[in-house]
Order: sequence, then C-alpha cells, then structure tokens
Amino acid sequence: MALLACGLAVLVLGPLVAQSLGEPFYIRLFTRIAVMAIAAVSLDLILGYGGMVSFGHAAFVGIGAYVTAILAYHAAAGEPLLAWPMVIPGTDNAVIAWPLAVAAAALAALVIGLVSLRTTGIAFIMITLAFAQMLYFFVIALQKYGGEDGLQMAGRSRLGGLDLDGRLTFYYLVLAVLIAVIVCCRRLVGSRFGMVLQGCRQNERRLRAIGFATERYRLAAFVMSGAIAGLAGVLLANGQNYVSPADLAWTRSGEYIVMVVFGGMGTLIGPLLGAAAYLVLELLLGSATTHWQAIFGPVLIVIVLFAKRGLYGALVGRADDG
Amino acid sequence: MLVEQGLNGLQLGIMLFLMAAGLTLVLGIMNVVNLAHGSLYMLGAYFAASLQQWTGSFVLAVAIAVPATAAIGIVIEMATLRTLYGRDHLDQVLCTFGLILFLNEMTRILWGAVPLRMTLPATLAGTVALWPGIAYPAFRLAIIATGILVALLLYLIIARTRLGMLIHAGASDRMMVGALGIDIKSLFTLVFGLGAALAGLAGTMAGPLLAVQVGMGDGILILTLVVIVIGGIGSVRGAFVAALLVGLIDTFGRILLPPALADMGIYVLMAVVLFWRPQGLFAAHG
Repeated sequence: MALLACGLAVLVLGPLVAQSLGEPFYIRLFTRIAVMAIAAVSLDLILGYGGMVSFGHAAFVGIGAYVTAILAYHAAAGEPLLAWPMVIPGTDNAVIAWPLAVAAAALAALVIGLVSLRTTGIAFIMITLAFAQMLYFFVIALQKYGGEDGLQMAGRSRLGGLDLDGRLTFYYLVLAVLIAVIVCCRRLVGSRFGMVLQGCRQNERRLRAIGFATERYRLAAFVMSGAIAGLAGVLLANGQNYVSPADLAWTRSGEYIVMVVFGGMGTLIGPLLGAAAYLVLELLLGSATTHWQAIFGPVLIVIVLFAKRGLYGALVGRADDG
Repeated sequence: MLVEQGLNGLQLGIMLFLMAAGLTLVLGIMNVVNLAHGSLYMLGAYFAASLQQWTGSFVLAVAIAVPATAAIGIVIEMATLRTLYGRDHLDQVLCTFGLILFLNEMTRILWGAVPLRMTLPATLAGTVALWPGIAYPAFRLAIIATGILVALLLYLIIARTRLGMLIHAGASDRMMVGALGIDIKSLFTLVFGLGAALAGLAGTMAGPLLAVQVGMGDGILILTLVVIVIGGIGSVRGAFVAALLVGLIDTFGRILLPPALADMGIYVLMAVVLFWRPQGLFAAHG
C-alpha cells in the first residue's frame, strides 16, 4: 500500500517538478509511459489473466490511433470522410472521435478474436501476429493518409473546456484514464467474469465440463482488451500528434509483451512498472549507444530465463495476488 | 506473362518452403517457438554476400555460408533454446524476440546499415528460353530446382531413414523416445541445425534477388509463420503445399488486386483456412 502511494506520488508530482525545472521533455516521457502502460494493462487482461498470448496487440492500439488521426485529418481539410450515400464529415471533437476509435478497435478485436480463438498455444500466437501484420500492411497501403510516412495531425482533439494542448493538462488526462483503466480491470478480474477467465487459463476443459461457454468468456475478454488498447491508441495519437505504421509494427507488439512480463503478469500494476522500466531503459541505453538493442536483447533473455516474477513480484514479494 | 508470374509465385513458394520446413520440424518435435528463424535467414544472406566479396565466387560463398549458418543455429540452440524446452510458449517468444533484437543489432554493428548487394555468376545471370517467346531468369529457375531437390531429399530423409523415424517418433511422444534410450537432446540439436542450414540456404538465394539488409528476416519470418499455420504445425508436407499456395496467391494477388488488398491476400487465405480447419491443412498431431 505504501508502495502504491509512492508510485502514485511520483506519477502525480513528477511532471509538476519537470514543469517547474523547465524540462518539458520529462513531461513527454511521463505521458508516453502512461499511454504505453494503458496498452500494457489491456494486454495483461488477456495475457496474465486469460492466458492468451496475443502477439498482435499493437494492431488495436494502431487502429485507435489511426481512426483518431484520420477523423482529425478530414476535419482539418474540411473534406467529408464519406460523401456517399450520406455525407459524413470528419471530426476532431473527442466526444465523437474517441468512442468511434475505441469502437473500431473493439470491432477489429471481435473479428480477429472469432478466428484466432479457435486455436490455442503456438498457433494462437502466430495467428494474432499475422492478423496484426495484415493491418500493418493495410495502413501502409493507405496512400491518402501518408502510407509508409504516417500522418501528421493538425492538433489535438477538442474535449469540452479542457485545453489538451497544454502539456500538463494532457498528461493528467492520460493519468486519469490509466488509473480508471487499472481500477476497472481490477474490479473485472475480481468479478465472476474474471474468475471464469482465470479458470480458462488454468483448466479450460474443466470449466467447460461444469457448463461454462468458455469461448464466449475468452472472446469477451479479447474484445474488451482490444477496446482498451484502442483507447491507448487514441491517446498515443494525441500525445505525439502523429501516427505511423510503426505504431502497428510487430516489434511494437513484442514490446508490449515485454512490458507486461517485465513488470509482472497478472498484476495490472506490474505492466505500469514494466512500461516505465522499459521506456526509461530505452532512454538510458539509447543515449549511451545507438546500438542499445544489442544490449537490451541479452538483458531480455536473461530476465526471461532467470527472473520470472517481474518487477512487481520483486517489489511486493509475491507475484500472485490475482 | 501468366507462365512467368506462375513461376515467380512458385519461386517465392519454394523460398518459403525452405524457411518453413526447418521451423515446422522444430515446432513439431520440441514444441518450441523460434522467432529468430528469420535472423538465420538474414545471417545466411550476409555470410554469402561477404564471402562473395572476399572470394569472388558465388558457388564457394553459398557452400560456406550454409554450414556457417547451421553452426550459428547450433550455437544459439545450445546457448539459449535448450533451457526453454519445458517452459511455456510465452517465455520462448520473449527469449527469441530478444535474440532477434540482438542479432539484428549485431549485424548492424558488424556490417553497417548500408544494404549489401550480391552479383550473380555469368552462368546464372542470363535468361533461359522456356519455349520460343518466353524467357525466364536462369537464377530463379535454379532456385526452383534447388528447392524441389531439397523437398525430395527431406521427404526421403523423413520417410526412409532412421533419422526420419526418430523425428516422427519425437514429434508424437518425446518422453517415450527418450525413455527408449535415444539422445533426444542431440537429435533436436541436429534438427535445429538442419533447419538453420535451410534458412541459411534460403537467405543465400535471396541475396542476389533482394538487397541484403538488417531486418530482411523479419518480413519473411511472418510469412513463414503464416505458411506453417496454414500447413499444420509439425507437418513438412503441409508446409510444402501451404508454401506454394501462399507464394502463388501472393504473386497473383499483386497483379489482380489493388495494392491495398494485395498485401492482405495471404492473411485472408489464412483466416479462411483456420475458420474451416483450425489445426491447419495437414495436422501432424491427430
């Protein structure tokens, strides 16, 4: 509990300190950590609790980001998104654009989940990877929206009276979303639904035998996870004012898995720690050498081989509190 | 035109088969996901390109690059994958993901970021007239011939030899094979080396067709995974059929479909196959 309070204090006060020191770079770092943490927490829901090793999570984040950016592009260009059979204009109004982006990610998760969840184990890993790759190529093929170069956004979404262009305002919005997501997920995994989901991970056959339609539970979790990842994508696009195919790349999906495992699977707080550790490590190693991945790769291997419980487990002392 | 594109599709399919055959055996026998398979392909191409620059001979370059890749594969297997056998797939994914980052970056350090080029020997650089009016690059024909030869050889090894029998047995019941006194660890190292050699061979043959660059293995890795999933994990025959299918559909998709859909064609194929048969076309286990 004390640990949680400390972490929260860092997240709340850190950017304020950065602001007063005149170091806006660190506000951006905090924002990026919080955004990535939302994506990682959503992955933890299916990976840590549902036992589904999805290697395509960046696709859902990317969909959320691209829908937001494309709607904003049409609003800025004054060109309708769809001219026929009815005129649908673009929008940079968060109240409309953000739910649309989340819904698009959820829909993609529904379709991908319907096919992928028919398989388990290695095949599931590969199929989610392949579907993500399909969407990656799809956004590259969108020449109108920048193709390989990505799409610059004219500005952040408008959200009522909030000035999202203010760095601190935007950060605290992201932080609020992150905390809400963690709290909601915690309630979810503690509910009957969450119990069934964890049961699926431990022994799906037995759950089916006592009468649960386990496929539906797993699909529902997959869709929810996709929707939250889409929300992370919305914030990602707004945070960097730019979307590109790199946001959907398969290496990014790998990074999300690394964050979850780094921090501690099935803990919800762990992925936040993992995201922070990953991005800080990337920054430190990256400033020491351009070839930071040559160091990070072996570090990752050693962590996987010898330290299974993740940062959260190391800090709290027990990995399993779900 | 139709014949030419058909052959192009066949050639892509053959390349994919070389990649998929090794990976599917590793998956089938030891139940290990190896994402670093694409890195072996990349290393094969880099070895061949460098050797060709030093020796000036394409044949010599291929002849040394393939066993060199196999050796690297065996070192990787003994150093990292061996400890991952009993672990869950997530650990294997993460560990081999770390390997990819490491190998890509080491390649960039050793060879630099500028893509290398490989040139073809005079005998393979020209075209062959298949019949009057239809000329086809000799090198691509050589790839197809090599691939078919390798496929036949693999078929003979798996169907007719003691090694093939052990591979079969290992895939269906690893524990029992071990209990019968077979050194399953060495068997797996051997199979892994064989897979690495095939990936290296595919890499050396891709060298003259594409630019040899860091990350070239990532794209083909994902296509290879699609092939394995469609063909059925662990089945070499399935990998062969699926590789040709994917090669042809990808090639013809590029001509017939608008570019936005062309890259997605094979993934749609995969979705359709899995919806109909979740275990793939030729499932090795039941």
